[in-house]
Amino acid sequence: MHRDHLDELESESIFILREAFAKFDNIAMLWSIGKDSTALLWLARKAFFGHVPFPLVHIDTTYKIPSMIEYRDRVVREWNLQLVVGKNEAVLGEGRTYPNGRATRVECCTLLKKDALQDVIAQYKYTGIIVGVRRDEDPTRAKERYFSPRNASMEWNASDQPPEFWNQFKTDFAPGSHIRIHPLLHWTELNVWEYIDREKIPVIPLYFDDGTGHRYRSLGCAPCTGSITSTARTVPEIIEELRATRIPERAGRAQDQESEDAFERLRRDGYM
Amino acid sequence: MKPADDTQAVAASPRRQLRLVVVGHVDHGKSTLIGRLFHDTGSLPEGKYEQLVAVAQRRGVPFEYANLMDALQAERDQNITIDTAQIWFRTKSREYVLIDAPGHKEFVKNMVTGAARADAAVILIDASEGVQEQSRRHGYLLRLIGLRQAVVVVNKMDLVGYSREVFERVAAEYREFLAGIGLEASDILPISAREGDNVAKRGESLKWYDGPTVLEAIEAIPDRDSVIGEALRLPIQDVYRFDHRRILAGRVESGTVTVGDQVLFLPSGRTSVIRSIERWNAPVVNQVSAGEPVGITLADQLFVERGSVACHVPHAPTLTTEFTARVFWLGRTPLATGRRYKLKLVTQETECEIKSIEEVVDASTVQTIPGATSVRTNDAAKVVIRTRRPVAADLFERIPATGRLVLVDGFDVAGGGIIISVPVETAVAIDASANLTQVVRGERHFRHGHRGAVIWLTGLPGSGKATLARILERRLFERGTQVFVLGENLRSGLSADLGVSAADRTELIRRVAEVAKLFAEAGVVCITTFTSRRRDDRQHAREIVQAGGEGAPFCEVYLETPLQNATIAYEPPTQPDLSINVVEQPVEESADRVLERILSTIR
Repeated sequence: MHRDHLDELESESIFILREAFAKFDNIAMLWSIGKDSTALLWLARKAFFGHVPFPLVHIDTTYKIPSMIEYRDRVVREWNLQLVVGKNEAVLGEGRTYPNGRATRVECCTLLKKDALQDVIAQYKYTGIIVGVRRDEDPTRAKERYFSPRNASMEWNASDQPPEFWNQFKTDFAPGSHIRIHPLLHWTELNVWEYIDREKIPVIPLYFDDGTGHRYRSLGCAPCTGSITSTARTVPEIIEELRATRIPERAGRAQDQESEDAFERLRRDGYM
Repeated sequence: MKPADDTQAVAASPRRQLRLVVVGHVDHGKSTLIGRLFHDTGSLPEGKYEQLVAVAQRRGVPFEYANLMDALQAERDQNITIDTAQIWFRTKSREYVLIDAPGHKEFVKNMVTGAARADAAVILIDASEGVQEQSRRHGYLLRLIGLRQAVVVVNKMDLVGYSREVFERVAAEYREFLAGIGLEASDILPISAREGDNVAKRGESLKWYDGPTVLEAIEAIPDRDSVIGEALRLPIQDVYRFDHRRILAGRVESGTVTVGDQVLFLPSGRTSVIRSIERWNAPVVNQVSAGEPVGITLADQLFVERGSVACHVPHAPTLTTEFTARVFWLGRTPLATGRRYKLKLVTQETECEIKSIEEVVDASTVQTIPGATSVRTNDAAKVVIRTRRPVAADLFERIPATGRLVLVDGFDVAGGGIIISVPVETAVAIDASANLTQVVRGERHFRHGHRGAVIWLTGLPGSGKATLARILERRLFERGTQVFVLGENLRSGLSADLGVSAADRTELIRRVAEVAKLFAEAGVVCITTFTSRRRDDRQHAREIVQAGGEGAPFCEVYLETPLQNATIAYEPPTQPDLSINVVEQPVEESADRVLERILSTIR
């Protein structure tokens, strides 16, 4: 049987997912509803023969584009998933957010996403969190490991990461810390769409032109996520578009652009 | 849920991809080369170049191509690469994953992390500094990691006035070093990454040089070969109980597994038959090969757990508690004898200790350190490792995936190594319940990876028995099968007293059968090359070999020929196990057929 690049990517991700599930007692997968974590969810169903044997954690900032929540709840029902929703109720109650004008974009991300995730991890005592980040998204993610330790305060020690080779990962860690597992690290944006196309994975329609000549390329919170000009209405059309473009994927994500190392600082503090 | 879209799928164009790591001493220009290659091939994302220039201006520092890869603030502040990064780029012929590796001694663990993912390497050397500590260490580590393909780039030619003499001196020195460690560079070329000379296009300043550019040199590296391998290695990752099925999950690391195969699980030594291959949202298959993830169910309720390795009996790995490995050490505390580590070999894990350190190598000079008794960070050694529980292992040169290991010290992955020898006397017997004082057939079977058998060639003189036997012997031997041919060697010694009477001929065949039986019992495939003209004699030989509770397989192969020989009353077999026509079929083809038969007989 001829195996193409998608088969290779898939094989590696499935291997990693199974390693993670075998080595950690209490594990969860982050699901942002976006294309990457949805493709990752699909890979989990492949790895575990149609099942997803761990909960999915969705960090709800309440500023998500409304159709994302509808889509989320429908998929949870139809695929029989366990869903854990994390929310920073305290901050939302106080209104200390960017859209309320009482936090910068980066502070808002920290409070509503990073802190909310930290609370969920503490509450459920997760020792492993599976996240769908990719190396080609951002230069700091390009430096990531498949199994990436976070200390008790969730910090990423980017300048002293463990060695990782021959499909042997860091699975031993001190109490209190946790490991982020990144099974999609070696995929590119184009690969993800090619895989969505091949597998016919249902993705949220926000990625397609809704008739206005715009679509989302990267999904986040409504106030900080811009759409791009595009008439792509199908997955193959998106693939065509990506093969030609030289514009970076996260160009529409405003929080990354606040300062030169804004995204790195967010990630060091525990952002995905 | 509705599929994403119902339109015709874009034909997923299978793309060729090469993973290339760029290594070398600190400050020799690795990140700069990658940045320059991106710029000159028009691969930079839109606005990226302008952004990097603006950032440099704002910080009041000169623009550096290296900043494309050095994304961490600490890296930009110090102008060094701390951690390995990857970036994608495409040419007309294939896709590249460029892996930038740090050149600073402190970050060797990150260099190894990057290099271990690569198919080939670009090794950079600064023309003005020449071969340095990490130039040598990286070359040596590439070898230990198992990389074979390398292009050497002598950078910063602008700093030495583009001198041909300097280039040739550096190139010669490094070529000699590589030869010493058994690595060969496919190309050695002069460049200036900063000035863009000879990176994607030829430079005006290097007129004396007529070899390839960096781009041409990497385009010339062959694709990674996806070797499936002959021997099955399926390390089990986990056992799931979903939908009332017990599924063993893993990835085939070598070989092929097919529904109906009998497989041996190590270290337990138990066997079962593959009932099904399980997949989700994929067509049903009855066979999977190296590189593919798989779930299998078995015909019986065998207890299998994570760490078991499924294999076929004829090509089983060695089960051992002791082996010799070449290791590189990245741990903070030195590797020393007597200390306990955790050993990981694919999905197998066991406590281990370093029984002895045979040789310590200073990886910066690749010289043996005389009298060294421990291994410092970033050095290498040849060590004997003793494991608490038996592990199924292979020589790295034969099956890389099951021939390499990592060592964990405390919570940290601290070293890696490749297995270079497995002492025969420590190989653990397959069946724990077997009588250990007497070596039984099952143990030989396990040790050799196959059973003994008698392959009885029969046919008129001149039909080609001896020729066929020699071909079979060579082919089996090359596969690692124990094999021996009986012919003239038996006639002239043991049977020197026999003449050519009918009675003597019958006695000769009896002796051949008895000797062949002993060979078969010793686990050897014994091929006999006697005319054995009488049907009764051959029947008797079969009975001798198959006698007893543990009789060996007997396979009668008839070499058919239209030759007539009036002086020999040859009685052709009525029901040979295999009949080959030596006239119509070339001897190599005949050998293929017999070989296939032998292999299925001795599994």
